[in-house]
Amino acid sequence: MKRITSYCRITDQQVILNGKELEISFSGDPGSARLTEIYRYLDVKYPKFHKMDNLSKAGFLASEIVLRSLDYDSETPDGSTSVVFANRSASLDDDKRFQETIDPDNYYPSPAVFVYTLPNIVTGEVAIRNKILGETSFFILEDFDAEKIHIFIEWAFSSPGINRVLCGWTEYLDGLCDVLVMMVEKESPKGMDYNILNINQLY
Amino acid sequence: MIYKLSDNIISSLGFTTTANYQAVLEGKSGIAPGKDPAGNAIAVSRMDPGKLEETFRAVFNKKEEYTLPEQVMLLSAHIAMEEAGISASSVRTCFVLSSTKGNIHLLGLPSHGFEKDRVHLWHTAGLLAGFFGNPNVPVTVSNACISGACAQIAAIQLLDQGNYDHVVVTGVDLAPDFIVSGFQSFKSLDGERCRPFDARRKGLNLGEAAATIVYGKEKQPGIALVSGSIRNDANHISGPSRTGEGLFRALKTALGNLPAGEIAFISAHGTATPYNDQMEAIAFSRAGLESTPVFSLKAQFGHTLGAAGILESVIATKALEQGLILPSSGYEQPGIEGAINVSTTLSKTDKRFCLKTLSGFGGCNAVLLFENAL
Repeated sequence: MKRITSYCRITDQQVILNGKELEISFSGDPGSARLTEIYRYLDVKYPKFHKMDNLSKAGFLASEIVLRSLDYDSETPDGSTSVVFANRSASLDDDKRFQETIDPDNYYPSPAVFVYTLPNIVTGEVAIRNKILGETSFFILEDFDAEKIHIFIEWAFSSPGINRVLCGWTEYLDGLCDVLVMMVEKESPKGMDYNILNINQLY
Repeated sequence: MIYKLSDNIISSLGFTTTANYQAVLEGKSGIAPGKDPAGNAIAVSRMDPGKLEETFRAVFNKKEEYTLPEQVMLLSAHIAMEEAGISASSVRTCFVLSSTKGNIHLLGLPSHGFEKDRVHLWHTAGLLAGFFGNPNVPVTVSNACISGACAQIAAIQLLDQGNYDHVVVTGVDLAPDFIVSGFQSFKSLDGERCRPFDARRKGLNLGEAAATIVYGKEKQPGIALVSGSIRNDANHISGPSRTGEGLFRALKTALGNLPAGEIAFISAHGTATPYNDQMEAIAFSRAGLESTPVFSLKAQFGHTLGAAGILESVIATKALEQGLILPSSGYEQPGIEGAINVSTTLSKTDKRFCLKTLSGFGGCNAVLLFENAL
């Protein structure tokens, strides 16, 4: 039976792991500065984090928190895990930053900004960090929709050899962060029931 | 297994599948000289916006304003659905949109006059379904350059689920300044027509297109989509894996028990960037496909991003139906280390399966397995 074995919720106000709020004393403004504060709190040593756009940072941190709580082995290549995220605004937060760099009067397009103008880059960042060789997919929905997200997770499980799906909602736009990342596992004795009702409640 | 009822391609080479396929057989290319926003020479396959708008108005007789990506997407879906003779407004029909950047050009037009949400991909997908009176929430995939394959894999899932009889898969991307500037900043554009798999390949050309496939679940002779698979390299967000790991794994999963010798040809991603084409050759070889004929369509259509997986599937399956293996346009001098069989002439095949492969930013790779079913 499939179960949700861990989940992390990140909003502008708090970071929650499996129902418990992490005690992070935020001093910076909501948005980018707080993502850096979460990174420091976790004491992650991953310099690539600082190159990421805000959407990737938010999805990366929530994934990091979930995978740590499961003692996930990030050093061994893993072909049995997939990463499936969805959101409302795709990469619009970074798109706006890139748009500023192609103003005809001030033209300096940067590949480091352009590469993040695709929403699925966050799934790639999480895959690279954790050597995940399963599927990575990104879907766009008008609003958080547990029923649709449940369907996308089921699709990922239907691919041969996939036993775990790191999944959820990774939205970041104009300083507002709204993230729910869950691990759903095929055969797990513990964790909460994996169903639409529970996905909705975690959000 | 799902079955192709009809298809359409709108590109600089024509507004119907037949016109585009014929142009490919004649060796034509839609790629022409152009300029990037800084005035540098580029080569790009662009549609004529005037002709597009004129055709759109003639077909739909609408007063409302639609952006160019919307017009080409709606036209493509309309033509394919007319040919299939399906009911677009049926609750048993579902739409899937594949696009990387949709209406992104609106970001550069602050006084565009459209509502604020118009720039969102979910809005573009909603407009596609709503325009044809469809009541279902469409599926929107945005998985970089492999989106067109992901959208077709979503079609397999939707039809297997049993809630739908037909799925309309439409892909669209144009080449606005936003995208051209980005690829130029990456130094991945060739200023001339690109040369996939060739020794002199130095980059890609962008292309504009919309393409649609209508799939059904009722068994019928002709083209069937047997399976699809998506796998990540876990290597680099903008560079292909040196070992072709993700593509190799996607090939293995999509092929399942089917022997490599059953594959007539591979319609490769073949962007003509030095690393992509080399990576593909390694992955094909690892999957036992080193002697299978390979071609790329990028020197004829350019890289059409979110439309590519659908457009190239349409051309590849037309060739499969006719028992033909297409030559890889732009290829003259072998330029890949290791074994690869790049197709150089139009040749015949009696094999019934072909593969479509794609790879994209974020380290993602996708493979589709098609059959010309009896």
